[in-house]
Amino acid sequence: MTEPRRAIGLRAVALQTLLVLAVAVLVYGAATNAAQKLAKQGIVAGFGFLSRNAGFDISQRLIPYAAATSTYLDAFLVGLFNTLLAAALGIVLATLIGFAVGIARLSPNLLARGLASAYVEAIRNVPLLLQLLVWYVAVRVALPPAEAPASLGGAAFVSQRGLVLPRPDFSGAAWLVPLAFLAGIVAVGMVRRRARIAAETGRPPVRVWLPGLVLVLLLPGLAWIGLGLAGHPVALHWPARGPYDVEGGLPILPEFAALVMGLSTYTAAFIAEIVRAGLSSVARGQGEAASALGLSRGQALRLVVIPQALRAIVPPLTSQYLNVTKNSSLAVLIGYPDLVHVFMGTVLNQTNQAVEVVAITMAVYLALSLATAFLMNLYNRRVTMVER
Amino acid sequence: MGCVVLLFATPAFAQATLAQVKARGHLVCGVSGGVAGFSIPDSQGQWRGLDVDFCRALAAAIFDDPAKVRFIPQSSAARFTALQSGEIDVLSRNTTWTLSRDTAAMNFPVITFYDGQGFLVRKALNVASVKQLDRATICLQQGTTTELNLADWFRTRGLTYQVVTFANSEQTLGAYESGRCDAYSTDKSSLYGERLKTAHPDEHVILDEAISKEPFAPGVRQGDDPWRDLVAWTHYAMIDAEEAGISQANVEEMRRSALSPDVKRILGLEGKYGEGLGLTTDWAYRIVRHVGNYGDSFERNVGAGTPLKIPRGLNALWNQGGLQYGPPIR
Repeated sequence: MTEPRRAIGLRAVALQTLLVLAVAVLVYGAATNAAQKLAKQGIVAGFGFLSRNAGFDISQRLIPYAAATSTYLDAFLVGLFNTLLAAALGIVLATLIGFAVGIARLSPNLLARGLASAYVEAIRNVPLLLQLLVWYVAVRVALPPAEAPASLGGAAFVSQRGLVLPRPDFSGAAWLVPLAFLAGIVAVGMVRRRARIAAETGRPPVRVWLPGLVLVLLLPGLAWIGLGLAGHPVALHWPARGPYDVEGGLPILPEFAALVMGLSTYTAAFIAEIVRAGLSSVARGQGEAASALGLSRGQALRLVVIPQALRAIVPPLTSQYLNVTKNSSLAVLIGYPDLVHVFMGTVLNQTNQAVEVVAITMAVYLALSLATAFLMNLYNRRVTMVER
Repeated sequence: MGCVVLLFATPAFAQATLAQVKARGHLVCGVSGGVAGFSIPDSQGQWRGLDVDFCRALAAAIFDDPAKVRFIPQSSAARFTALQSGEIDVLSRNTTWTLSRDTAAMNFPVITFYDGQGFLVRKALNVASVKQLDRATICLQQGTTTELNLADWFRTRGLTYQVVTFANSEQTLGAYESGRCDAYSTDKSSLYGERLKTAHPDEHVILDEAISKEPFAPGVRQGDDPWRDLVAWTHYAMIDAEEAGISQANVEEMRRSALSPDVKRILGLEGKYGEGLGLTTDWAYRIVRHVGNYGDSFERNVGAGTPLKIPRGLNALWNQGGLQYGPPIR
């Protein structure tokens, strides 16, 4: 019996070796062919172009950038940060909306259930591209025109050109405020740790949410007031009407708002279904047992059902998060300067370094996706059932 | 291994472009596909425009048949790759000739249209010059020299602006028209067509000023000099024909009764000038007969008789105040 089996094994190994060789030859052939063609076209391969002056302006910049002095590398970073901002905000909002809608779909309340079902079915079945255009074109045009922006108490303005908020100036001594905010986040982490230890060791439970919220908001608030009392008040740049637009302040571009709204509401519909499936996967008896113990529906969900449901929710949730990052490249269609828009659009066209630019962009999306998946896998390990 | 070699054989560069075009039986021409007056399909699906006519003139010179062209619309991002990869034989797509493009990507044999970057604004804004657009929001199509010109122009004058860029002209115009921007900036030649696409063209005005030089030139691959010559001389033939008074309307009559040696040389009645280009002696006659001279093409596609009404301006002949000058055919 062992003789023929080994023969099959040998044949399989030989076939696979041949296949790998064929693929290698194919890849080598394609690469040398591309290199030859590029050389023939006089295109200088390499990444030297990244240090050349960019010369073009970008509408939204999270890092210092000026057309006159910045390089293509700076332009790349501006695009990358814009992608990260839209994706991160999209993921947070999509998770919040998705969990709310997913839980509502299982609500005993008929109206909540109906609305949640309608939301999921309507949003999930319309292409994201169309939804982005609806947010950017239809919703934006419904806002007041640029000539007559709506003033929100004189402190902020909203129009078809976006929302402009007062901008706090955190330079000088005022950097204490963001520092206090970071300290608040660290403090919340410590409170959470204590709560976990308390839960594991059977000590009286430690509340997390309310003290956490107070810490995160109170610490920077105190810093703000303290600076004012100490004679170094945090400066606020108020928006004001200019000859064409509202100027000064912190502008939230309509392209950004449309992209984040489109991405988060679209992905939320899928997350809602994942959450519903996760909740349904928890045995009915768990919820019933929780209410038999006297827990309210909210408590039963929060303390008993959701922790068990997370095991089923987190893995598919990860792929939705990856989708948000990748789908954010649709920004190019509504004029939001994300990585694809800036780098694969303008930079590629100006430098003609197609192979390098496309390779970098692909590598960035791959890295972002792998990083997201890695973090989610860490989290997944924490929520999986601990066998005792 | 045989199939691998076949897969990576490079027919695009194995032989000269002209031989390849002749063997294929038609020319493959990259156009923009969406610029009125330059290249856009009409209601019958026929390609029309100055850039289209240029490729038809090439086909007429090579095949004596202006229909032997396949037009492939190219986005501004994909156009250079399409040419380099051999997907198209010639890029006739209102492309600005710049040094970096010339050295990095391709060759520009001849300037076919002199343009400059301009601004479309609402009449209600009462803006007469570009300087008044200080602090305004300006919509642009990305990935073109437009972005660079605008940044340079405002910066050197100490003025500021907000930019919003889009991937194609439809999105850019849509954003401008819906009030996202105060002005829409691109080449003036395109703005005439864009204005026609707005709901109320008379509510918008194109500012007189141009902030840049935009010489439009067809593009060919580097390293094929005979093809480059043919593309250049196709344009020169149209210019020389106009200068000599040979038009599509009178070309047959001129050919019968030509007296001047200039006209005879252009129409192939004297000398064998086409052969140097790898064509027949009547190559220029074919161009004028099928497509017309430069003036014919200009008036038919963008001139005063069309909705675009682009003034001849810099594109008039050199002896009529313009810059269009053809070297002699001799």
